[in-house]
Amino acid sequence: MKPLEILTQALELIAALAAAPLFLGWVNQCRAWLQNRRAPSIWLPYRGIRKLFHKDAVIAENASPLFRVAPYIVFGAMVVAAGIIPSMGTRLPFTIAADAIALVGLLATARVFLSLAAIDIGTAFGTLGARREMMVGFLAEPALLMVIFVASIISATTALPAIAENLATQTLGLYPSLAFTAIAFTLILLAENARIPIDNPATHLELTMIHEAMVLEYSARHLALMEWAAALKLLNYACIGFALFLPWGISTGTGGPLSLLASIPLLAAKLTVTGAALALIETISAKLRVFRVPEFLAIAFLLAVLGLLVHLLLGA
Amino acid sequence: MAGTPFDLQLLNLCAALLLLLSFAMLAQRRVVTLVNLLAIQGALLFVATLLLAWRTGEHHLYLSAALTLALKVLLLPWLLHRLIRRLQVYWDTEPLLNISGTMLIGLLVVVFAFGLAQPIAALASTATRSAIGIALAVILLSFVTMITRRKAMSQVVGFLSMENGLFFGAMSATYGMPMIVEFGVALDVLVAVLVLGVFFFQIREQFDSLDLHHLESLKESPTFGKSPSPAPARSVQEN
Repeated sequence: MKPLEILTQALELIAALAAAPLFLGWVNQCRAWLQNRRAPSIWLPYRGIRKLFHKDAVIAENASPLFRVAPYIVFGAMVVAAGIIPSMGTRLPFTIAADAIALVGLLATARVFLSLAAIDIGTAFGTLGARREMMVGFLAEPALLMVIFVASIISATTALPAIAENLATQTLGLYPSLAFTAIAFTLILLAENARIPIDNPATHLELTMIHEAMVLEYSARHLALMEWAAALKLLNYACIGFALFLPWGISTGTGGPLSLLASIPLLAAKLTVTGAALALIETISAKLRVFRVPEFLAIAFLLAVLGLLVHLLLGA
Repeated sequence: MAGTPFDLQLLNLCAALLLLLSFAMLAQRRVVTLVNLLAIQGALLFVATLLLAWRTGEHHLYLSAALTLALKVLLLPWLLHRLIRRLQVYWDTEPLLNISGTMLIGLLVVVFAFGLAQPIAALASTATRSAIGIALAVILLSFVTMITRRKAMSQVVGFLSMENGLFFGAMSATYGMPMIVEFGVALDVLVAVLVLGVFFFQIREQFDSLDLHHLESLKESPTFGKSPSPAPARSVQEN
């Protein structure tokens, strides 16, 4: 690894870390506008994280070391995932180090530690949230893998950067299989990031919550890391979606930091549109009952498998 | 994929959407939406027929397209909507299987249909031969829809969607059936819907419900029969 490559990779990671709360703030702002509320500042997530870092942490008496370590593991996993996903360039040292299946495994690791930490304290809410999270996870993961497999079969590789490069250089055409899997991926994104049809990110202390129930016992820097990790997860999923379905504008060369800079405007534009679309989806849909969640994710799985079958049959 | 002409790509898109619509019908509980989905399916069929007619230059396909538009997009949905209003059936009861289970069975059916259609597609010489598998899948999925529903209304919609699948299959395998057959089938379907509409009223008058489970018992049950005959053996069992 050359120093220049490491510098480029570090720049990409810092950009992802800095952009994640901004993206979350943008989604929240759009949502407020659509609901005819006065929008909170787009910088609000940053302020929340800074405030939390300045506070003193309170930890339950019966918490095991796992409870203290979990936020760092979850946050670390999300940062590594942000490095693996080709969001700005495809030839970076991290992006070529692992393929999409390893990425799904990494996201699963973060989920396992988050759930374990939630169970660790032994409160009713934590256990409840962890069990729901595992239910969503075990239904969403196969669907996510199927989505990735469709793109992998089209490009004959499971490496995300190669998929993105292959799709970016192909001639435009109608791909029903990719359209189906894109819808499936949107459903998975909503479910995995605790967005509205599955979970409401704006609620606190509600019986139907999933993500909030798990981080209820955390405070101060631990909570800040958890929230930052959640924002990063949303950004990561959006970037996976771009790599699989909208790879245009990604830098494919090894030109160093400057080539990454060139890919920023288009990435920012894609994130802006995606954030607005996400807010729109969340505004027009109602939260599902927990028992309807398997149905929702079964539809995602079905669409992904249909995409695969249609691709195999029609070659499209 | 890059080499396929654009109209064939559009046809493939229509085929894929037809398959998706079949799954939407499988998952739908509201009868009104089910009929709307059937109308959309007819519209897609109309578009696909037009595209194929334009592509192949076969004039009789324009006629089939017009027939599809008149019958499957306009007339049949209108008739069914009128029936729904008169019979006041807006919801089907919970299907026999839950939605996720039905979806998984549907996926298996699609895999089966694709496997089955492969040798047929190898023999066909049309440009759309790869869509035969999708047509077969649509037919089998309509079967599943009919099997998992209780209400007569949804079963009729399943029947009509099966006819749509057959039409699409004939279109993609041999560029359409002979005109006389097509007219015959269209007329049959129209008459079937009219006759079934009359049946619906009879069934409801007899059983106060459109649930076809009541047709499965051979004896007249005491609650629904016109001449209430006390069934002693049964009441003992219930106690």
